[in-house]
Amino acid sequence: MAVSEQVPLVDYLVLDGAPHLVAQECVQCGARYFGRRNACASCEGAEFRVVDVPVEGELRAFTIVSFAAEGIDVPFVAGVVDCGGTSVRGNIVNTPPDPDHVRLGMKVRLATTSLGTDTQGVEAVGFGFEPVS
Amino acid sequence: MSENVWILGIHMTKFGKHPTLDVVDLGAEAARGALRDAGIRMSDVGVLGAGNLRGPGGFGQALQKQIGQTGIPVFNVANACATGATALRVAIMAIKAGETDIGLAVGVEKLSGAGLLTGNERPKTDSWTPEGRVGAVAALDGRVGTDTMPGVFAQIGMEYGHKYGGTSFELFARISEKNHAHSVLNPLATYQKKFTLEQIMNDVMIAYPNTRPMCSANCDGAAAAVVVSESRLRTLSLEQQRRAVKVSASVLTSDPWSESCQVLPDVNTLTRAAADQAYEQAGVGPEDLDLVELHDCFATAELVHYDNLRLCEPGGAVDFFESGATWRDGKRPVNVSGGLESKGHPIAATGIANIWEVATHLRGEAGERQIEGAQVGLAHVIGIGNACGVHILEKAAL
Repeated sequence: MAVSEQVPLVDYLVLDGAPHLVAQECVQCGARYFGRRNACASCEGAEFRVVDVPVEGELRAFTIVSFAAEGIDVPFVAGVVDCGGTSVRGNIVNTPPDPDHVRLGMKVRLATTSLGTDTQGVEAVGFGFEPVS
Repeated sequence: MSENVWILGIHMTKFGKHPTLDVVDLGAEAARGALRDAGIRMSDVGVLGAGNLRGPGGFGQALQKQIGQTGIPVFNVANACATGATALRVAIMAIKAGETDIGLAVGVEKLSGAGLLTGNERPKTDSWTPEGRVGAVAALDGRVGTDTMPGVFAQIGMEYGHKYGGTSFELFARISEKNHAHSVLNPLATYQKKFTLEQIMNDVMIAYPNTRPMCSANCDGAAAAVVVSESRLRTLSLEQQRRAVKVSASVLTSDPWSESCQVLPDVNTLTRAAADQAYEQAGVGPEDLDLVELHDCFATAELVHYDNLRLCEPGGAVDFFESGATWRDGKRPVNVSGGLESKGHPIAATGIANIWEVATHLRGEAGERQIEGAQVGLAHVIGIGNACGVHILEKAAL
C-alpha cells in the first residue's frame, strides 16, 4: 500500500514540490483560466499553455458564509484573491472567520488543506489562502 | 426602422405564500389579469413568451391548456433571474420583427420554503474520483469559495468597496432599511414590515455583510404583460390608448469577457452595457428617470447597480445613497415597491413584476405609493450566468 498518497481537490492545484496553482493561458491574448478549455472566451484562440500562478496575492473581495451547502463547516470565509493580476477564487483559512481578522486588501498566500482520506487511504488536498503575517 | 412597442396590459399577483396554487394557477391568474387589463382575449395574442425555472417544464403549453389553446408559437425561456425579462424580450422582438402585433409574456415561480439554493449535489463515493472541467474530487461549493447567492453578491458589494472605499456593514444594512420602509406601502409585497437599522444588523447573518432581511425573499408569485405594436394600438379604443405605456427601450445582454468574470460573476459589465444601450434607444438619460426598479437580490447588489445604471458618477454609489436620492422622496427613487428584499423574488416572475411596478406608476395607478407625476422609469434584472435585462418605459402620447 502506498504511503500517504495524495490527490489534489482540483486539477489546477499542483502538489509536487511547493504547492501552487496553474492556469491555462491563452497563447494568443494571455487570458487565464482554470480548468479544461474549448477556446478562449476573450479572443477565440484555441491554443493554451500551462502557467504557474503566483502563490501570494491581495484579497480583493470576501464574504463570511454562515449558511452553506451540506457538509461544509460554517462560518467560513470565501474570497477572491488577486495573485499578481490573475484572479483566484478560494477560501481564506488559518485565521478566525470574522471581519476583524479578514480585511479587504490584506496580503495572503496559498496554503493547503486536508479533506480527509478515502477508503484506500488516499488523502485529498485542497487549498485556501492564509494571511501573510 | 421597426415599429414602437407598447404595454397594453400588465398584471402582478400578490407575492407571498400560495400553498393551494400551482405554477399554472399563478401563471393563469397573471396572464388572465394582463389580458383583462389590456382589454383583449387569448385569441388576439400572436406569440407567448413563458418563463418558469423550477416547475416541471413546458410551462407555456401547460398554461395554454388552462387559459386558451390557440395554436400560437410558445417560447419557453430560461435565463436565471432574468427569465421574465427574457420572455418579455421575446414577445417584443416578435412584434418588432413583424411576425405578430400582439404578444403575451408570463413569468411565474413557486419558491416559498425553498431555503438556500446550493450547488453541492454529489453522491459520496468510496474513493476520490476526479470529475468535471477542473477534475474535482469533491463538490467545490464551500471548499473553493462559495456558490451560494448571498455569498456571491456579498463579494460583489465588497469588491466595490475595495475599489472605491466608503462601504461598511452598516451602509449595506441601510440600503435594506430603505427598501423595507418602502414595502410598507405595497400591498402585493411578501413582507410589508419596516425594520430598524439595528434589527437588520442584529438579524441572522447569512453571508457577511448580508443578514437575512438583506437577502431577497423566497416566495410564490407571477406577473404577465401584453405588448402591442404601435400601429395596432392606434386601432384600439381611446381608453386602451390612454393607459398604454410606451416601451422606449428593451435590452438584453450577457457578460462580455473580463479578467475575473469566470472567478466571481461580473454583474457590472453587462449591466453597464445594457443601461447604455437602453438610454441610447430611448433617447433619455439617467437624469430623466422618475423611478427605478433595480435588481436588489441582496443589499450589496443594489449599491453596485446605482453605479452600473449610471445613476451616479463612476465610483460614487456610496455618496449617491448617502445623499438620500434613492428614497421614495429623493430625486431618483429606487425600489419603491420594496425591492426583492421585501416584495420578494419569485425568480422567473421578477423580470416582469418590476415592469409592472414602473408601468403602474406611469399610469398614475400606484395608490398610496404613487410617485407623483412619474413620466419615465427604468426596470433592471440580473440573472447569474449572466443575463441582464433593462427596460425603459415612458408615459407618452400615442
